[in-house]
Amino acid sequence: MLQRTIPILILAASGALLIIAYFSPFTTSWGEVVVDWFNVLAAVAYVLGAGNLLAVNLEKVSARRAGWAYALLTLLSFGAMLAFGLFKIGAVPNADNPNVHFAGSYESTQSAFGWVYEYILSPLTATMFALLAFYVASAAFRAFRAKNLEAILLLGTAFIILLAQTAAGMFLTGWIPEASMFAFLRLDWMKVAITEHIQTAGMRAITIGIALGIAATSLRLILGIDKSYLSKN
Amino acid sequence: MSTSKPARTGDYRLLWTSLLVFGLVGLSLNAFGRKAGMANRFVEIESMERIEVADVSTVVAGSSRTAIPEITEWVDPKDPRIAAGAVKPIPGVAPITWQVRSLVSAKDAAATDEARANGDASAPEIVRSPIDSIGVWVAAFLTLGIFSFLYRDNPWYKIAESVLIGVSAAYWMTNAFWSTLVPNLFGKLVPDIVREIAIPKLLPSESPNADFALAVVPLILGFMLIWRLAPRGGWISVWPIAFIIGTTAGLKLVSAVEADLVAQAVATMKPLVVLAQSSESATTAANTINFWGTVGSVVGLIGVMTVLVYFFFSLEHKGAVGKTARVGVWFLMITFGSAFGLTVMGRITLLAQRFEFLFNDWLNIG
Repeated sequence: MLQRTIPILILAASGALLIIAYFSPFTTSWGEVVVDWFNVLAAVAYVLGAGNLLAVNLEKVSARRAGWAYALLTLLSFGAMLAFGLFKIGAVPNADNPNVHFAGSYESTQSAFGWVYEYILSPLTATMFALLAFYVASAAFRAFRAKNLEAILLLGTAFIILLAQTAAGMFLTGWIPEASMFAFLRLDWMKVAITEHIQTAGMRAITIGIALGIAATSLRLILGIDKSYLSKN
Repeated sequence: MSTSKPARTGDYRLLWTSLLVFGLVGLSLNAFGRKAGMANRFVEIESMERIEVADVSTVVAGSSRTAIPEITEWVDPKDPRIAAGAVKPIPGVAPITWQVRSLVSAKDAAATDEARANGDASAPEIVRSPIDSIGVWVAAFLTLGIFSFLYRDNPWYKIAESVLIGVSAAYWMTNAFWSTLVPNLFGKLVPDIVREIAIPKLLPSESPNADFALAVVPLILGFMLIWRLAPRGGWISVWPIAFIIGTTAGLKLVSAVEADLVAQAVATMKPLVVLAQSSESATTAANTINFWGTVGSVVGLIGVMTVLVYFFFSLEHKGAVGKTARVGVWFLMITFGSAFGLTVMGRITLLAQRFEFLFNDWLNIG
């Protein structure tokens, strides 16, 4: 009862309420309350994630397992950033209420939190994503082979899109007048045609498929047909 | 049999030591040998001052702060209402002063310096910011640490990675605390305290008791969710998880059907023949067909329908259905190729930005 029936009822009630709230103006405020609760729980989930991070890394440090020094560094970074943010250290006072310390903004680089964001978190995140350029290119070089029509279409399109966004693309086909009947040979024209018509059509069909999948999965959950979320407990 | 001779550890040590020494010498020369220096950061300083005022009728000469119960506000000393006599500073309350430091580009800093040198007193005060310069060094150190992974996994990369994990987790947790928990949870449970220490402009509730009762529910569910970290009673967290899944299902069901299914279907159902748009004459426009626009519309419709046929697995992909699905696969391949090209270009743009940071902001040689 406590472990199976009530969770199923909670799921069904919350899901059904939000669907009803969409269609009935009389229940809109109920839906807003449920969404507020959801937002609070989503924020609490960050606390849960932080707790998990602490547990994993503390265990690693206390057991002196391989790489414990890096786990300690993670804990120190986490603790420092959390203290900077929660206590708003160095925050710029709020111009309308400078006497209220926690009303200040912690997002400018003047505050410790903003400084860490600007000079540690932001560059690290951007560089991590930039690093993917090498790996995507490397993986593509090893995996892409024009062995059939489908592969040729994929490779050819990627080549046109990449070339069209570089100076070389303009150099190669930029001399063709835009108003001429051969304008479709310009790489920038091809890029627009591919992205606006073919890619849009493909993504549209994929989006429709995903939407149907989401709707079906949501209905299965709300109607209690899918109970996989209970299986680990 | 391989005849290549394995490199000795001593050779690599010499190589890396040489690189380190040359790197440090180069950085020192760049930092101290050039007038322009490196890792420069400039800030514009704006001095702020606020004084507490109240409606002129409530402030009596010689009265203390505690004798004024009415709502007060903090304003700029140059606020025109003070000169007009509408509000009056509260006696005995010290003004609050602070500085706002905003980052400016080196170009703007140089222009402002020149303006000040030419006697322009209105030019803002711009100074070098050592703390921000240290920040540039830290950012460069971590950026190079991440790039070092291209050679192989190493302690430098691991340091950068560990810092990223810790800082990132704390960043999101802090944002969730200040943007959601404080206004939406604590603001309803203890509104007076929240108003006093964090959100002075928190609006008073029309039904505080009902708000309090409604806020207790996510509080309890939140505690139940955190219970997941406890060694026993893991099932307790299933209730809030069921609530989260149910809410997500309810929200997504409606939004997916409305924004993705219906909206995309509507966007597909457009006239296939596209007419040319002319600013000169509406009559001419109505009679002229935009050839490429029409081709695009037809191709778009065929693309959507054939890809949908490919995704339709209730029919075996044979005969006409199979051929249609094959055309759908061609559309999908072009879509994936295009998405791949755009993604690679996005990553390369990010990479270029990181190099710009290293060469312009850090080394100052761009």
